[in-house]
Amino acid sequence: MISKEEVKHIAKLARLGLTEKEIAKYQKELSSILDYIEKLKEVDVSGVGPTSHSVLVENVMRGDESQKPKAKTIYPPTALPPRQAPRQKLLELAPETKDGYLKVKSIL
Amino acid sequence: MEIAKLTISQIHKGLKKKDFSALELCKTYLDKIKEKNKEIFAFLVTNGDLALSRAKEIDNMISAGEELPTLAGIPCAIKDNILVEDIPCTAGSRILENYIAPYDATVIRKLKNQNAIILGKTNLDEFAMGSSTENSAFGPTRNPNDLTRVPGGSSGGSAAAVAGGLSVFALGSDTGGSIRQPSSFCGTIGLKPTYGAVSRYGLIAFASSLDQIGPIAKTVEDCQIVFNAIKGKDELDSTSVESKISNFKFQISNLRIGVPKEYFIQGIDPEVEKVIKQAIKKYEELGVKIEEVSLPHTEYALPCYYIIAPSEASANLARYDGIKYGYSETRNPKSKIKSLLDVYLESRGEGFGAEVRRRIMLGTYALSAGYYEAYYLKAQKVRTLIKNDFERVFKKVDAVFTPVSPFLPFKIGEKIKDPLSMYLVDIYTVSVNLVGAPALSLPVGKIGNLPVGLQIIGRPFEEDKILEIGKLYGNN
Repeated sequence: MISKEEVKHIAKLARLGLTEKEIAKYQKELSSILDYIEKLKEVDVSGVGPTSHSVLVENVMRGDESQKPKAKTIYPPTALPPRQAPRQKLLELAPETKDGYLKVKSIL
Repeated sequence: MEIAKLTISQIHKGLKKKDFSALELCKTYLDKIKEKNKEIFAFLVTNGDLALSRAKEIDNMISAGEELPTLAGIPCAIKDNILVEDIPCTAGSRILENYIAPYDATVIRKLKNQNAIILGKTNLDEFAMGSSTENSAFGPTRNPNDLTRVPGGSSGGSAAAVAGGLSVFALGSDTGGSIRQPSSFCGTIGLKPTYGAVSRYGLIAFASSLDQIGPIAKTVEDCQIVFNAIKGKDELDSTSVESKISNFKFQISNLRIGVPKEYFIQGIDPEVEKVIKQAIKKYEELGVKIEEVSLPHTEYALPCYYIIAPSEASANLARYDGIKYGYSETRNPKSKIKSLLDVYLESRGEGFGAEVRRRIMLGTYALSAGYYEAYYLKAQKVRTLIKNDFERVFKKVDAVFTPVSPFLPFKIGEKIKDPLSMYLVDIYTVSVNLVGAPALSLPVGKIGNLPVGLQIIGRPFEEDKILEIGKLYGNN
């Protein structure tokens, strides 16, 4: 069983504001899930490496070339046309903006 | 002819021959949604006016004698964690209740490029976390086969839309079974493609090493048409891959299928087991070689998944901070917040539902100092062993048959109070995401009016082979 203090610590790390009632609820639920997960302790993994991705992932680099749109590019009908960066649309989704920037509360 | 029952290629032919118009077809589906969505609640939002105007454009294309892509005029439904430009995308969460997608996901651009018609966005468990669609902040979807039961999840709205005749096909996403399990529960065909086969750009991220977008449809052929339309490498998703394997041809007598003994142990509903065994027998009668195989680490897949998926989720969902987009406590006039930390705590505490918070907590715990090696790193190593199991088996057999779910669709409310019992619903589907393989859910029988799905797991990038195996069942 994990302690109430641990639940509060995790909630703070996860930036979740929880009520006392919720903390008690999560203490019980997380404990029972963690008990189930304990099952992994049975597995011998000596000499086994970790898998982070099922398909081999390689770093993808963009070509070092200027990004100016080429004039009069003709795209084949099967290819998708280039995307427009939706800067204005993204800004409109933010709760508070100023002069085209996101506004945040003071940190200190 | 009942146009609401036609498959994609039948509609395509019908439109070209002018047996009916795209407008007529679109109206038929919108009327059905109007009539049935109140009880099923498959759609969160519909896109009626835009859909009708698109349908008119397609009719003009046909009149002008223009070439018609296969998906032109085909009404479809999109899981509400996939972005469609300028319409809401909620991920089933209060935190995104007022979010309007600023751009199209790559899969949506591909569908739009073929002039498919998007009817609306479908319900899901919040952030695709769940197995019943009961975790949606906007209310549960109901199974069209039995309205007292769940449609499965998390793509429950997409599967219910197709099963209820409200859409020709739908897109879903699958992180631990979220396309296959609702397909099994609703009696639709669902394909979870190989990890990397379909671009995830514009899919709201849950667990990035496991998430895949895939089709849900009425027939295997429809599933294949949609998969071929959405697959392929995308420069906006660095994990996407161009598959070199396609148009798979094989002889039935050469097919070897493995049945893992670990999937038929205690815990499976005996009636479900019977239907699955009968389906396997039918394949054997068709001339397919069936053999027992062993995937010894099967019992560790679920605990492994419930470390890896919440860990990745806890990092991915850090972006909902009340600053960039989504619910923000700064907009609450009664709010007493003063500092930046309060903005985070209150926006996230208010905006996320119970299951999402539970998984963020679980993932944060597994990644926190002192527990990382015991939980996250250990799970990644177990993931290697599970992957090795499948690689060994796939040297001997072309595909693996298992049930999709150990249970029949359960009653709404039956499991929602006990998170662990809900997690156990995914026991047969999570391995596939951990190893990245493709898998199909194929309806192979019913118990009463409740469908049962057979899971056909293939080698990476052999979607065409498992789809062809799926077609064999129906052709005989």
